[in-house]
Amino acid sequence: MLEIKDIYKTFNEGTVNEKKVFEGLSLTLKEGDFVTVIGGNGAGKSTMLNIVAGAYPADDGSITIDGVDVTRLPEHKRAKYIGRVFQDPRMGTATDMWVEENMAIADRRGMRRGLRWSITNKDRESYKEALAQLDLGLEDRLSTKMGLLSGGQRQAVTLLMATMKKPKLLLLDEHTAALDPKTAAKVLEITDKLINENNLTALMVTHNMRDAIAHGNRLIMMNAGKIIIDVSGEEKKKLTVESLLAAFSKASGAEFASDRALLS
Amino acid sequence: MNMILNWLGSLPGAAAQGLVYGLAAVGIYITYKILDIADLTVDGSICTGAAVCAVMVTSGINIWIAMLCALIAGMLTGLITGWFHTFFGIPAILSGILTQLMLWSVNLLIMSGPQIPIMRFKYGDKVLFTSEASDVYRAIVILAVFIAVVIAILYWFFGTEFGSTLRATGNNLEMSRAQGINTNLTKVFGLALSNGIVALAGALLAQQQGVAEINMGRGAIVTGLAAIIIGEALCPKLITNFYLRLLCVVGGSIIYWFVFQTIVFIGLPNELLKMLSAIVVACFLGAPYVKKIYFSKKKKARGGKHA
Ligand SMILES: Nc1ncnc2c1ncn2[C@@H]1O[C@H](COP(=O)(O)OP(=O)(O)OP(=O)(O)O)[C@@H](O)[C@H]1O
Ligand SMILES: [Mg+2]
Repeated sequence: MLEIKDIYKTFNEGTVNEKKVFEGLSLTLKEGDFVTVIGGNGAGKSTMLNIVAGAYPADDGSITIDGVDVTRLPEHKRAKYIGRVFQDPRMGTATDMWVEENMAIADRRGMRRGLRWSITNKDRESYKEALAQLDLGLEDRLSTKMGLLSGGQRQAVTLLMATMKKPKLLLLDEHTAALDPKTAAKVLEITDKLINENNLTALMVTHNMRDAIAHGNRLIMMNAGKIIIDVSGEEKKKLTVESLLAAFSKASGAEFASDRALLS
Repeated sequence: MNMILNWLGSLPGAAAQGLVYGLAAVGIYITYKILDIADLTVDGSICTGAAVCAVMVTSGINIWIAMLCALIAGMLTGLITGWFHTFFGIPAILSGILTQLMLWSVNLLIMSGPQIPIMRFKYGDKVLFTSEASDVYRAIVILAVFIAVVIAILYWFFGTEFGSTLRATGNNLEMSRAQGINTNLTKVFGLALSNGIVALAGALLAQQQGVAEINMGRGAIVTGLAAIIIGEALCPKLITNFYLRLLCVVGGSIIYWFVFQTIVFIGLPNELLKMLSAIVVACFLGAPYVKKIYFSKKKKARGGKHA
C-alpha cells in the first residue's frame, strides 16, 4: 500500500546547520497495516511522515502509494490519498470556520471543487451522524467555530475529517501528545475505532511506548534516521516496555533518549 | 449657522466618496481579512481601473464595457502580484509593492500622461454619473446598487465549494494543503478577485471625481484598512453574517469620509489627512498587541506581590 524506497534527506545542505536525516530509508506497508512508530527526539519520525505527505520533497528516493508513484506530486495532490492528523490541535482545522464548514472541506478532499454550494442539508445530516459516533456531544455544534472546541474535541474532529473520505493512508504524528491523559485515551480509542471500521492503512507516531505496544499490528522503532526495530504479529503482542528498551540499547548501543517516553 | 449648513451640504458628497472607497474596502477585505495577506497592489490597481475606464470612455466606448475592462485589468494586476508571490516565493507584501511600482508606469502609459478628465459637458451621457454637485444623489444610488450586487456575489461565492477553500487558505495553510487545496491557486485567485473589485471602484471613482489621475490610488490601502477597522469596531461581535460584516465595512468607509469632511471644515489643512489616517490605522492595528503586553504585565506584577 505504501512503499518508501531509499529516501535521502538533508536539511540545510552545505551550511554549518547541515543535518543529514535519512541516508537510504526504506519501509513498506501492506494494505490494512496499522504501524506504530516510536523513537527518540530527532530520530526523523515527523520528517518521514512529512516526506510521505509531500510537505517537503526528498532529496532522493521514491514514495509509492497503492501503486501510484507520488514522489513528484505536490502536497495538495497527494492529499487525495492521505489523511493527516498533526500533533498541534490547532494545525488540523480552520479555527475561524464552523465545524460543518471544516467537515465539508474534508468531505471534498481529492475532488474537484466547483461553484456548487459547499454544504447541503443532506451533508449536514451525515456530518451530524458522524459526529454523534464520537460520543463527545458535538453533533449539536455544527455551527460552532472550530477554535472554540477543546483540544481533544478538535483532534477527534480532525480524525473524522482525515477519514471521512476514506484515505489510502492515514498519517498520525503524535496526535494525542498535546492532550491530557484521559482525553488522549479517548482520542486513541476513536482512532482505533475509525481505523478498524474503515480498514485503513495507518502510520501512528507516538511517544508513549505502552500505546505503541497496545495499538496496531506492527511496531517500528527509529533511531538517527534508521529503522532499528521492526516487529509485527505475534511477536509484537509479546512486547513489553522493558523488552523494547533492552532491544533499543542492543540495536543502537545507547540509552533510549526521550524525556517524554520514559515518563509514560 | 451658515457654516453648519455648509457642512451639512457637503455630507452627500462625502457619502458618495465613502461609498466608492467602501467598494474598494470590500475588495481589500478579501485579501486582508479572508486570505490574511496585506496586499499593497491596491494603491496601483485603483488607478489602473480609473485609467482604463477613462481612456475607453473618452474614445467613445460604452461605459459598461469600459468598466468591465477596468475590472479585468484590475484582476490582471492581482494575478501579477499572486504570481510573484506563489511562483517566485516573494513575500506577499513585497510582491504587492513591486506590482504597485510597475503599475505607476503602466498607468501613465494607459493614460499617455498624468491625467484624463471625463467631465459630462464634454462627453454627454457617456458616464453613469458625474462629479457635479447636482449629480450627487444619482451617484449615491448607483454606487449603493453596485455595492449591493458585489456583496451579493461575494456572499454566494464564499459559500461555494471553491469559495470556502479561499477562506480555509487564509485560516490555516497546513490544513488546507492536507485537505487537498491548491493554496497557490486560491491565493492568486483571491488577489485577482480583490484587485478586480478595487479597480472597479477606481472606475467609479474616476466618474465621481470627473477625472482619472496618476496620484489617485495613493494611500488607498490605508483608507481601505481604516474603513475595515472602523467597520469592525462598529459591527457587534455577534454579527458573524458575512454580508452584514461587509456592509459594516462600507459603513466604516462612509464614516471615515464624514470625518474627513469635518476635518476639512474645521479648517485643518487637507494635507494632514493622510498622516492622520495613517496614525489612526496604526493605533487600531497596534491596539491588540499593546493591550496584551499591558495586561500580561499587570498580571505578572500582581502575581509577584502575592508570591
Ligand atoms: N525543517 C527543518 N529544517 C531543519 N532541520 C530539520 C527540519 N525538520 C527537522 N529537522 C531536523 O531533522 C531531525 C529529525 O527531526 P524530526 O522532527 O523528524 O524528528 P522526530 O523523530 O519527529 O522527533 P520528535 O520526537 O522530537 O518529534 C532533527 O534533528 C531536526 O532538528
Ligand atoms: Mg516529531
